[in-house]
Amino acid sequence: MHPDPKSGLHLCGLNLRLDGQLLAALDAKVAQGEVLTVMGASGSGKSSLLAALAGFLAPPFTIEGRIVLAGRDVTYLPPQARRMGLMFQQPLLFPHMSVGENLLFALPAGGSSGERRRKIEQALADADLEGFAARDPQTLSGGQQSRVALVRVLLAEPLALLLDEPFAALDTALRSAMRDLVFAAARKAGLPVVLVTHDRADAEAAVGQILQLDAAAPYSEASAGSA
Amino acid sequence: MSRPWLRPAALATALVLVVPVAAGLIGTALPALGYLPSAGAASASLDPVKALLDAPGLGRSILLSLGTGLAATLVSLLLVMLLLAGWLDSAAFRWLRRLLAPLLSVPHAAAALGLALVIAPSGFLVRLVAPLSPALSRPPDWLILQDPFGLTLTLGLVLKEVPFLLLMALAALHQIDLRPRLQLAESFGYGRIAAFGHTVAPLLYRQLRLPVLAVLAFSTSVVDMALVLGPSLPATLAVRVVGWMGDPDLAIRMKGAAGALLQLSVSAAALLVWFAGERALRLVWRSQAIRGHRLARDRIASRTGLGVLLGLVVLAVLGLSVLTLWSLATAWRYPDLLPSSLTLRHWLQSGPDLTGLIATTLAIGLAVSLTAAALVTALLQERVQGQGGGGAGLDTWLLDGLAFVPLLVPQVAFLFGLQVLFLQAGLDGSLFGVALSHFVFVLPYILLSLRGPWGALDPRYRQVALSLGASEQRVFWRIRLPLMLPAILTAVALGLAISVSQYLPTLLIGGGRVTTVTTEAVALASGGSRPLIAVHALAQILLPFAGFALAAALSRLLLPRLFPRRSS
Amino acid sequence: MYFHAWGGEPRINAYIDWVAGELKQQYGVTLEHVKVDDTANVVARVLAEKTAGKTSGGAVDLVWINGENFAAMKREGLLQAEAWAERLPNWALVDVEGKPTVRKDFTVATDGLESPWGMAKLVFMHDSARLAEPPASLQALAEFAKANPGRFTYPQPPNFHGSTFLKQALSDLIDDREKLARPVDPARFEADTAALFAWLDALHPNLWRGGKAFPQSVAALWQLLADGEVDIAFSFNPGDASAAIAAGELPDTVRSFVFAGGTIGNSHFVAIPFNANAPAAAKVLANFLLSPEAQARKEDPAIWGDPTVLNVAALADADKARFAAIDLGKAGLSPSALGPTLPEPHPSWMEALEAAWAKRYGAQ
Repeated sequence: MHPDPKSGLHLCGLNLRLDGQLLAALDAKVAQGEVLTVMGASGSGKSSLLAALAGFLAPPFTIEGRIVLAGRDVTYLPPQARRMGLMFQQPLLFPHMSVGENLLFALPAGGSSGERRRKIEQALADADLEGFAARDPQTLSGGQQSRVALVRVLLAEPLALLLDEPFAALDTALRSAMRDLVFAAARKAGLPVVLVTHDRADAEAAVGQILQLDAAAPYSEASAGSA
Repeated sequence: MSRPWLRPAALATALVLVVPVAAGLIGTALPALGYLPSAGAASASLDPVKALLDAPGLGRSILLSLGTGLAATLVSLLLVMLLLAGWLDSAAFRWLRRLLAPLLSVPHAAAALGLALVIAPSGFLVRLVAPLSPALSRPPDWLILQDPFGLTLTLGLVLKEVPFLLLMALAALHQIDLRPRLQLAESFGYGRIAAFGHTVAPLLYRQLRLPVLAVLAFSTSVVDMALVLGPSLPATLAVRVVGWMGDPDLAIRMKGAAGALLQLSVSAAALLVWFAGERALRLVWRSQAIRGHRLARDRIASRTGLGVLLGLVVLAVLGLSVLTLWSLATAWRYPDLLPSSLTLRHWLQSGPDLTGLIATTLAIGLAVSLTAAALVTALLQERVQGQGGGGAGLDTWLLDGLAFVPLLVPQVAFLFGLQVLFLQAGLDGSLFGVALSHFVFVLPYILLSLRGPWGALDPRYRQVALSLGASEQRVFWRIRLPLMLPAILTAVALGLAISVSQYLPTLLIGGGRVTTVTTEAVALASGGSRPLIAVHALAQILLPFAGFALAAALSRLLLPRLFPRRSS
Repeated sequence: MYFHAWGGEPRINAYIDWVAGELKQQYGVTLEHVKVDDTANVVARVLAEKTAGKTSGGAVDLVWINGENFAAMKREGLLQAEAWAERLPNWALVDVEGKPTVRKDFTVATDGLESPWGMAKLVFMHDSARLAEPPASLQALAEFAKANPGRFTYPQPPNFHGSTFLKQALSDLIDDREKLARPVDPARFEADTAALFAWLDALHPNLWRGGKAFPQSVAALWQLLADGEVDIAFSFNPGDASAAIAAGELPDTVRSFVFAGGTIGNSHFVAIPFNANAPAAAKVLANFLLSPEAQARKEDPAIWGDPTVLNVAALADADKARFAAIDLGKAGLSPSALGPTLPEPHPSWMEALEAAWAKRYGAQ
C-alpha cells in the first residue's frame, strides 16, 4: 500500500481511555498543511493523545478506533514505521552528536556520504543555520536549537507533524517567530499537523480546527476557527 | 512486544543470581542439621546446633555483630545526610566529595590495614605526639585495635560505607528536584538541616533504602575487616563461623554450617530492627513536621557532621600514606615519625608474585564486571523496550528486589554450601568458579549503579529517535548506549572494585588455587611483615583506582561532547 | 604439582621459590606454591573433596603439616595409604635416633604417612636493649609480668604458637609429665590443669592490654616486640630471631633464650593427600627437601633458619661442610645452648586446652 500524502490524517472514532475510563473521544480529519490544535488543562490527556498518535501509548492508557495517515492505517504500527514527526517543548538534540550528526541520523538511509552531507548543509542553509553542521548542540542558543530540531524532523521525511507544546520554552519574541517558521514549513511540505498546547496564542496562530479536551465532557467535536 | 517472562536477559539474571544463593543456602542448611552423607553423617541430628549453642561467648558474638553492623550503618547514613543537608553546594562539600570518591575504590581489607597502622598505640597518630611526653617513649598499653565493643571495627566500617552511601545519594539526588524544595522551606525560616530533613530526606531515603539495607547486611557479617580491626575475645559471629568452617574436624565444620544459618538470622534480625527504627522515626518525623519548629540554629550539628567527616578523610588519607611509606620502609621503629630510609626492595621482591596475582585479579574482575554490565544493560533495555508489554514481569521483580538478594544475604550463609556444590560440579579452584561466585555480588552493584542513570535519561530522546524512523536497535546503539557509556564505564569500574575486594568467595571457592591480591593481603595480615602487607594492600587499592580513572578518561575520550570544557 | 604451605613468611616463601627452581632444573617438575594462611583450611579442603566424592585429581599434591592437622588427616583417611615416607632414598640420612620426633608427630606415630622436613623448638626472644636479664623459668616469667605489666603476651589460642605456649606452661606445671604422653582423661582434666589455669589467672591481668586482647599470630607478637610494646616474644624456630634481625623485622638488639628446665620441641612434615593429582612428583619434592643441599640451605638463618632433621655427623664430608659453614647470626643459639627438648603432649591435650582456654577467657 503506497502512502497517499494527499489524504492527510484521519482520526476515526478515536477513544482514549485511562484504566478503562474514557478520557477523550474524537473524530477529526486534518488535511495537508492544516493544523489541528488540541487544548486542555494539564491532566486532560492531551499529551497522552499525542503519545497515542506517535505510537508510544503505555498502559494503563488504551485506545480504540483508527489512525489513518496518508491512506495507511497506522493504528497498530510501531512508532518507527508511522512516519509521524515529533517535536517537544525541548529541542532534544542528541547531546553526544554534532548538529550535522543529529541531522544525518534523521536523514533516511541512501545516497553517498557526500550527497547526504550536501543535503543537510542545504537544509541548514535554508534555515539560516549555514555552517552549523560541525557545532556542538550545547553551544547553540535556544532558538537555534529549536530550528535545528525542526530541520531534523523534516529531514526524516515525515507524513505528519506532532507538536507537544513546542514553543512553550521559548521567550515571547522567539515564540511567534518559531511558530511562523514551523507552520510555514508544514504548509510547504504539505504535512498535516497536530498541535498540543495550552497557549491560546498558539491556537490562534495555527488557524485551524481547535479541539478542547475536558475530562468532564470527553466527547469533543473539533470546531473550526477561533474559540 | 515480548512477554515479560520470556525476556532472555531477565531470565539469565534471575538464574545466575538466585540459583547460587538458593543452592548455597540449602547446601549450608543440610550439614547444619547434621546431614552430610558423603562424610558419613546421613541422618538428621541437632548435634551441630547444640554444639553451636555451647560455643563460649556466642551471645556476645551475636550482640557484637548486631551492634557494630547497626551502629556502622546508622552513623554512616547520618553523616551522609548531615553532609548533604548542611553543606551541599558549598566549597567544603565539593572538596570532601572529591576526596571521598576515590575512597570508594579502596577495598575493605586494605582500608582496615591502613587504619590499623594509623590508630594503633604504636601507630602514626601516637608517634605524632610521642615527643611531647616521656611516657610515650614506648607505645602506650591502650586497647584500641580489637577493643571488646567493636568500636574500631565500627569506625572502619563507617570509613568504607560513607563514600558508598554518598555516591548512591548523589546519584539519587539527580532524580529529586531538591533546590527549589530547600529554598522554599528555608524561605519559611527553617534551618538548613530541618529544611533538608523535611523536604528532601524522606524522598532521598526512599531511593537510598536498598543500598542502606545492603550496607547493614554487609556490616553485620563482614569478615576481612573484622579480622583486622574487630575484637577476638570473642570475635564477631561471622569471623567465628569462618573459623569453624575451616576446621579439619567434621563436627566443627557442621557447627560452622549451623553458625552460618545463625548469621543469616542475625543479619535478618538487624534488618528487622532497622525496619522498626524506620517506622518509629517516620512517626516522630511527621509529628515534628507539623509542629513547625524552625530549628534555625543548626550550625553546631552541621559543623559536627563536617568535622567528623573531615576526620574520616584525614584518617583515610593518613592510612594510605602510611601504607605507602611502610611499603618503602627499610625499618620504621617506634617512635620514629618517618622511616629511617626508603627502598624499593619490598616491591621488587614481591614483583613476580604480585604480577601473577594482579593478572588473576584483573582477569576475574574484568570478565565478571564486563559480563555483568552487558547483562544489566540488556536487562534495563528490555525494560525500556518492554514498556507497554503489560504487567509486572520478571524484569520488574528483578529491578525492584530480587537482584539485590545476594547483597542482603550474608556471604558466609551460602558460600559454604556453594563450595560443596562447585566441588561436585568440578568448578572448585577454577578461575571460572571463582568468577561465577564474584558475579553474584558484582551484578547487583552494577544494577544499583546503572539503574538510576538509565531511568534518568529523558525517555523522549528515544521517542524522537523512533519517530525519525530509527529502529529500536539503532536507537539503542546510536543514542542510548553512547549517552549511557560514561555510566556504564563507571559501573564496570565499580564492578571491578567489588570483585577485587571479594575475600570470602575467593577463599572458599578458589580453594587456594586461585589467589587474588585480596586473599594474599589478608593471608599476609595474619603473619607477614608490615612492608609486605603494605605492598599487597596498595596493590589491592591500585587496581580499582586505576579502573575508575580509566573509566573517567575513556568517557572523556570517546564522548568529548558530554564533558564540555568549562572555559568555552 | 601444587604444594600447599603456609605463606605468611617471605623468607620461607623465597626458600620454596628456590626449591621450585631446583626441582624444575633437576627433575623437570613444576612446583606451584599455594600460600596457605592456616593449614587447617587445607585439611578442610581435602575433606570437602572427599565429601564431594573426588577421589582423584585433588587440589593438593603435598601439604606442609604436623600435629593436630596430621592427626585429623590420618584419622579421617585423607592421606596416601602406603607408607611412602620411609621408602624415600634420603630417609637413610634422617636422624631417627637423635630426633625421635621425626617418627612421632605429637605422640602420634607417623607410620610413614608424612616425611620430616624440619625441626622446631620453642625459643624465647627478648630485646636486650630494654631487658638485659630475661626470665629463665615459667615462674620467673610470671614475676617479670607482674613487675612490668603490659610487656608480655602470647598469641591467642587456638593459634598454633599460643597453644604451644599453653603446652609449655602445662609441661612445667603438671604434677606428672607422663600424663601428657597419653590421651587426655576427661575425668581428670580439670584437676590436671588446675595449676596451669591458676597460673594463667594470675598472669592475665599483667599481660599486654590487660589480657583483654591477644595478638592473632606469632608474627603479630614479633611486631609488638619490634614496636617496643612488649619485651619478650617467642618463636618455634631457633633461627627465627637471627633471620628476622637480618631482614630488618626485629631490632639487632634482640637475643634468644630458653627456660633452664627445657622447652617443647617437635618436627614438621610434608604429607600427600589420598587424592593427590601428582603423587609421584610430590614424592620427588619430599625427597629433595630431605637432601643435604636443601636441608643445609634451610638451616642458614640468612635464608630461613630452620634446623635440619638429618644426622649431620653421619653425612659425607662435603655435606658436613655445608652445615659447618652456616653462620647462626646474632641471636642464634648453638645446639648445646638450646637446652633440653620436652616432648609434645598427645594432640588431645591441645584440643582440650584450647577448649578450656576459650571457655575461660574467650568471652570476657
